[in-house]
Amino acid sequence: MFRRKLIASGITLMLGAPLSAFAADNAEMQQIRNEIKAMKQSYEARIEALEQRLQRAEALAGKAENSAAAAESLAPQTPSSTSPGAANAFNPAISMILSGTYASLKQDPASYRITGFIPGGETGPGTRGFSLAESELIVSANIDPDFHGHLTLAVSPENTLGVEEAAIQTTTLGHGLAAKAGRFYSGIGYLNGQHAHAWDFVDAPLAYRAFLGRQYGNDGVQLKWIAPTDTFLEFGAEVGRGSNFPGSERNKNGVGSYALFAHAGDDVGTEHSWRTGISWLQNTAKARAYDDPVSGVSNALDGSSSLWLADFVWKWAPNGNPAYRNFKLQGEYFRRLENGDLTFDTTGIASTDRYSATQSGWYLQGIYQFMPHWRAGLRTDRLDSGTADYGAGNSAYLSPSTYRPARNSLMVDYSPSEFSRLRLQLSRDKSREGSTDNQFFLQYIMSLGAHGAHTF
Amino acid sequence: MLKRILKISLMAALAIFSLPSLGALNILACEPEWGALASELGGDKVTVYNATNALQDPHTIQARPSLLARARNANLLACTGAELETGWLPILLRQSGNAAIQPGRPGNFEAAAYVQKLEIPARLDRADGDVHASGNPHIQTDPRNIALVADALAKRLSQLDPANAAYYQTLHKAFAEKWQTAIQRWEKQATPLRGMPVVVQHKAFPYLSRWLGLREIAALEPKPGVEPSSSHLGEVLAQISSQPVKMVLRAAYQDGRSSEWLAERASIHAVALPFTVGGSEQARDLFGLFDDTLQKLLAAAK
Repeated sequence: MFRRKLIASGITLMLGAPLSAFAADNAEMQQIRNEIKAMKQSYEARIEALEQRLQRAEALAGKAENSAAAAESLAPQTPSSTSPGAANAFNPAISMILSGTYASLKQDPASYRITGFIPGGETGPGTRGFSLAESELIVSANIDPDFHGHLTLAVSPENTLGVEEAAIQTTTLGHGLAAKAGRFYSGIGYLNGQHAHAWDFVDAPLAYRAFLGRQYGNDGVQLKWIAPTDTFLEFGAEVGRGSNFPGSERNKNGVGSYALFAHAGDDVGTEHSWRTGISWLQNTAKARAYDDPVSGVSNALDGSSSLWLADFVWKWAPNGNPAYRNFKLQGEYFRRLENGDLTFDTTGIASTDRYSATQSGWYLQGIYQFMPHWRAGLRTDRLDSGTADYGAGNSAYLSPSTYRPARNSLMVDYSPSEFSRLRLQLSRDKSREGSTDNQFFLQYIMSLGAHGAHTF
Repeated sequence: MLKRILKISLMAALAIFSLPSLGALNILACEPEWGALASELGGDKVTVYNATNALQDPHTIQARPSLLARARNANLLACTGAELETGWLPILLRQSGNAAIQPGRPGNFEAAAYVQKLEIPARLDRADGDVHASGNPHIQTDPRNIALVADALAKRLSQLDPANAAYYQTLHKAFAEKWQTAIQRWEKQATPLRGMPVVVQHKAFPYLSRWLGLREIAALEPKPGVEPSSSHLGEVLAQISSQPVKMVLRAAYQDGRSSEWLAERASIHAVALPFTVGGSEQARDLFGLFDDTLQKLLAAAK
């Protein structure tokens, strides 16, 4: 009997224990619910209070009498100096240009020359087939309250690293003055100051190739002054090392090149704007070498080169808003005088005599953005080898040419965004006398990183 | 004779390259709303030149020579900031040779620094379109922001031209009072707009929407600054068939084709808001800007 009771109570206990736990659970749950409810009510009250405070604050912010205080409370949120990112906060703006080309050239680019001209620097239409164009790394920032610095590194497809630009610039001289020092693209002409990724065609105009070795950069100093007028008037002067074509390395103290330029520009109504200018570049060449790609002969020039350049650009956009449609017409005229002693075949005959030449060239191009993202452009290049006097000693080997190199190009490009561009270009290049080079290019140019600003 | 020729040619040169007016504070305003505000607060003590007009997208204009010349002669640059002018203003700053307007100087005024910005992106990636790290820069569509900027700009004018500080303060007080009354009037007018669902072409109106309580259901640009594609427009059209809206909003400088396309198919109104001073016939000044904005919204909401 007792045993049965015991077992029964044991079972009741066993069963009851969870039951009582259940009961306790219920009570606890109720308590939790009550707590949650209380919390909810308290939070709701708090949120309501906060909302009221916010509304009051907004009302206050709206009121002019109190707006000064409100402005201060809404003042720019300056990053806290204790934030972990503070060490990186002064990092300069970094952007990168990635570019690649596919080229199909009828003539062998190795035999490229401009008949009647003795060019230097980078000439030629590049390589056939797929190739990487220069990748650029651009780093810039204010150095201190007085100086701004920037560096453009160009990584060539041949895996060499080049310093395209590395310059410091004053920001606080005032009175319209700005000075620059280091390596930079000269302010002469219109296109010269622009990097290749900002060009409207795959390649530089023929005149740039013939007279400036694609683009004139220099190590030196520049001073620019903008006149205090409502019409844009800018005057600039540069002195530099002058080691690049049309100059050459000289191993001398002092100045190797001089440049002067003046630009003017303004708007006409709201839809038109223009800029025009005239520039002069003086270089001294010492044993400036030129290897003729056809005959294989090396020539060298000692002398002076003086280049005159006239440029203009005119832009149009409906209502002055270029976002949807716009048109740009630009042209530049070059005239170069070279004097000195020319040595023909420096490694063989080595015949030296005086040399003088007056040569000229120009290009004209128009770019029309006919709908958002899409642009089409035409460019025509002309060169005139002019008069070249090789002297009696060299006239047996070199003779002035009457050939006039020419090229016409057509391009269409598509820019999915302001950071990317895909381009197709067809050119009919008659740089070489007697052969026409039909060229086909596909190109992409993309920029990533900091948002770049482009000059006019 | 020689003297006369010299005199005439000098006068001709002066006429062509007219010198900026001396004495007054030269203000270069990046956008017309700040130009209009500077005129309200500066009266005849300031000369204002607007770098853009209402039909120009301030993000895509170029550093034109005329702007360089104006930047060179400016005592004060009144701009939005928040990277709105990032494609051209840095060029003006660097090439103008004007120390007074460099960032950090009193002559460099950024309106967006004085208001609380919306849509500050949680992550910065160009895959998200044309995002602005410091938030949406189109702050001028909320008149309460204009009031805040006016306070700061009035102080700045007094700082740059202390001789006329009292004059600026008087003009500011008068403007602020008039503006406050106008805000009350506009808010009263706008009661029917509260909670109204709208579609926007570009994310240009978050401040207007917050102020008036508009609900932005969709944007025609799939990502900020990316032109509407036909597939995305189709999606928006499908979306608003289940979630009806009254109108599609765009700024005066934006191309209306995508808005009109949607408006026609969904039988809603395509509304081109003036967006800034000069954006419509009626938006001749800041008061006209909001009068006309509300009038256009109310007309489309009927």
